[in-house]
Amino acid sequence: MLHTNIIANMNDVNVLPLQVKNLQITKNGNALLKDVTLSIESNNVTVILGPNGAGKSLLLRSAHGLEDLSKGSLMWNTNIPQPQQSWRAYIFQKPVLLRRSVRANLEYVLSLHSINKANYASLIDAALEHTGLSQLADRNARVLSGGEQQRLNIARAWVLQPRVILLDEPTAELDPNGTAGIERLIKTIAQQGTKIIMSTHDLGQAHRLANDIVFLHQGRLVEHSSADTFFQQPQTKMAQDFIAGKLLNGD
Amino acid sequence: MFVLNDFSQAFSKAIQLIFQLDPALLEIIGLSLRVSMTAVLIASLIGLPLGAALALYKFHGRGIIVALLNAFMGLPPVVVGLVVYLILSRSGPLGVLGLLFTPTAMIIAQVCLITPIIAALTRQTILDANVEYHEQLRALGAKASRMMKTLLWETRFSLMTGVFAGFGRAIAEVGAVLIVGGNINHATRVMTTAIALETRKGDIELALALGIILITISLIVTSLVMSAKHAAYQYHS
Amino acid sequence: MEIKKTMYRMSATIFLLLITTSIVNADEKSFITLSSTTSTDNSGLLDYLIPKFKNKTGVDVRVIAVGTGRALLLGERGDADIVLVHHKISEEKFVENGFGIGRRDVMYNDYVIVGPRKDPANIKQLKHAVDAFKLISQHEVPFISRGDNSGTHKKELELWSLAEVNAQKYSGAWYREAGAGMGATLNIANGMNAYTMTDRGTWLSFKNRDDLTLLFENDPPLFNQYGVILVNPERHEHIKYQHAKQFSDWLTSNEGQQAIADFTLENQQLFFPNAQREIASH
Repeated sequence: MLHTNIIANMNDVNVLPLQVKNLQITKNGNALLKDVTLSIESNNVTVILGPNGAGKSLLLRSAHGLEDLSKGSLMWNTNIPQPQQSWRAYIFQKPVLLRRSVRANLEYVLSLHSINKANYASLIDAALEHTGLSQLADRNARVLSGGEQQRLNIARAWVLQPRVILLDEPTAELDPNGTAGIERLIKTIAQQGTKIIMSTHDLGQAHRLANDIVFLHQGRLVEHSSADTFFQQPQTKMAQDFIAGKLLNGD
Repeated sequence: MFVLNDFSQAFSKAIQLIFQLDPALLEIIGLSLRVSMTAVLIASLIGLPLGAALALYKFHGRGIIVALLNAFMGLPPVVVGLVVYLILSRSGPLGVLGLLFTPTAMIIAQVCLITPIIAALTRQTILDANVEYHEQLRALGAKASRMMKTLLWETRFSLMTGVFAGFGRAIAEVGAVLIVGGNINHATRVMTTAIALETRKGDIELALALGIILITISLIVTSLVMSAKHAAYQYHS
Repeated sequence: MEIKKTMYRMSATIFLLLITTSIVNADEKSFITLSSTTSTDNSGLLDYLIPKFKNKTGVDVRVIAVGTGRALLLGERGDADIVLVHHKISEEKFVENGFGIGRRDVMYNDYVIVGPRKDPANIKQLKHAVDAFKLISQHEVPFISRGDNSGTHKKELELWSLAEVNAQKYSGAWYREAGAGMGATLNIANGMNAYTMTDRGTWLSFKNRDDLTLLFENDPPLFNQYGVILVNPERHEHIKYQHAKQFSDWLTSNEGQQAIADFTLENQQLFFPNAQREIASH
């Protein structure tokens, strides 16, 4: 619909499956993620779910190369030559926006990845329309509301038409209105064929968005199944307890 | 000797001089501004990237350079003047350039004085900004050199404070420019050296008047900066 | 937003204009660099003489006014083309060491002794400067010395020596070494109600007197001979020898000497021309 696909049809590029093998991340002597092995294959919304401290952020950050692994490996299936990252974008929980207009923030991202300047305008306009920010294009990014800033964060990712978008608890700091807006956006983006991997501790959100659940607890992978399976027939007691709203104990 | 009387006399003399648009005075003010502004520009061109590099890049000896930088911030201007004189003197290593007793020599001395200030303040500003921005910029795909440019631009209003601190120091110092400039009439006489001269000659009134003008210029520059920063903060929050 | 942009552009342009004029302001006019003493400069004599010379020859004279010691050092280092100071012994040594050539007498002025109006050391009625110095030390009244190795300072030390007083022994007591120029020293003398020796020129133009008064003058030991020396071009290639010689010649010519005599401060003649008429040796 709104994909202009000027830079190439990213959807034709396949970077899946994401293979994680025996991944471990240790910091200060503590194994924050241990022995995680999984394979993310399908091109839909994968939600990394779990209570706080489960290691969701760490796993997500690893997928974007933001963490050094102590053991094991994490690999995308891709031969895309450098510069690599424009096919993959990362959304932080709290965005750090540049002190300039909304439009200028998007121009900045484009300039990082040697996009042809002639294409800037159409790419940016598309991203703005997509995220409902067209009216705010010339407003300074820092004076936007929390929800608007997060939408800009997503627009910033989307403007490069990435193959994969990773989101770390994207609505944790937002009110219900803002949250609803972001969730709508995520659904739309997923529908257009972009792979979404996001983390959340919010059961309801997982319910609403996930096709695929990766359930973590205290640094370990507890369950990985389709959303239907997870919610209707959870395989582990821990998952059952979590779904029932109970607090989980340590191992 | 009533101090109040001196000041009011000096003040009226200052007003007189300004309104007469005394050409000698204008020449001195003009030279002061040109020398110090040029010095600030050059010092910024050196100090801003230097400070940013010290904040962002790790390398052997970085700690030593930072320590030296902080030490040089407090260099006594007279010492700087003496060293620059020895270098630019005809008997010195760069004597062939014939720069001694010219405005260029004064600019060089002032650059030596204010580059450490600008570099040190830039380093601190960029260091703090890096904490805020680093991971986000990295996640967006920015490489180190691009990050430096981005941070410098993002913090430009804070950096301006450092630049104007440098300007303030430059335009107010007398020791260095006196030695390397020689306070030559119509050639290297600036406000501070003129004040020193008139004080030496015992013309306290004129010296005070020049001093008042110097302070006023400083105040004007400072308030310009502050209003720019204020406007920036309102817009950029 | 637009207003700000224009403001930024305007200030940037002004800024750049200022800077470019500063760079472009390189010296195309011909000039020589004269190192002289602060007292000479302060008297206003040079501001009077130089335009006359410049009109005649088209050569400007840029004056660096420092202490005698420093003025000679500038000549030694080649940072000045010509030196005009008033301490014959140092000047002759300068020539002896090969730094200068063609030293000539130009003029003399004189020193006077100033002090508090009440004159506690009672020097007013004396005939000889040496006696004045003796009395000042006997009464142990405060005396401010230049203490800066200048011509004035050296003259003062000569007089102490003639008075057979080791003034520096009392440094910090009644004898205070300022390490400063003549104006600053007079300021201190004023502030401390002290005596000091000053050249007449600086005294006449010194405005911050309060209680300070001229108490003693006109004894030959207080006369102060000026010499002009050309910096040796064989020591430093770039020395503007020809133009410097022009100035030295002019100072000692009839025209220059007359100009020196014509110069007055507060209606008094300050400098008395006494150049010899022989051609300078090279």
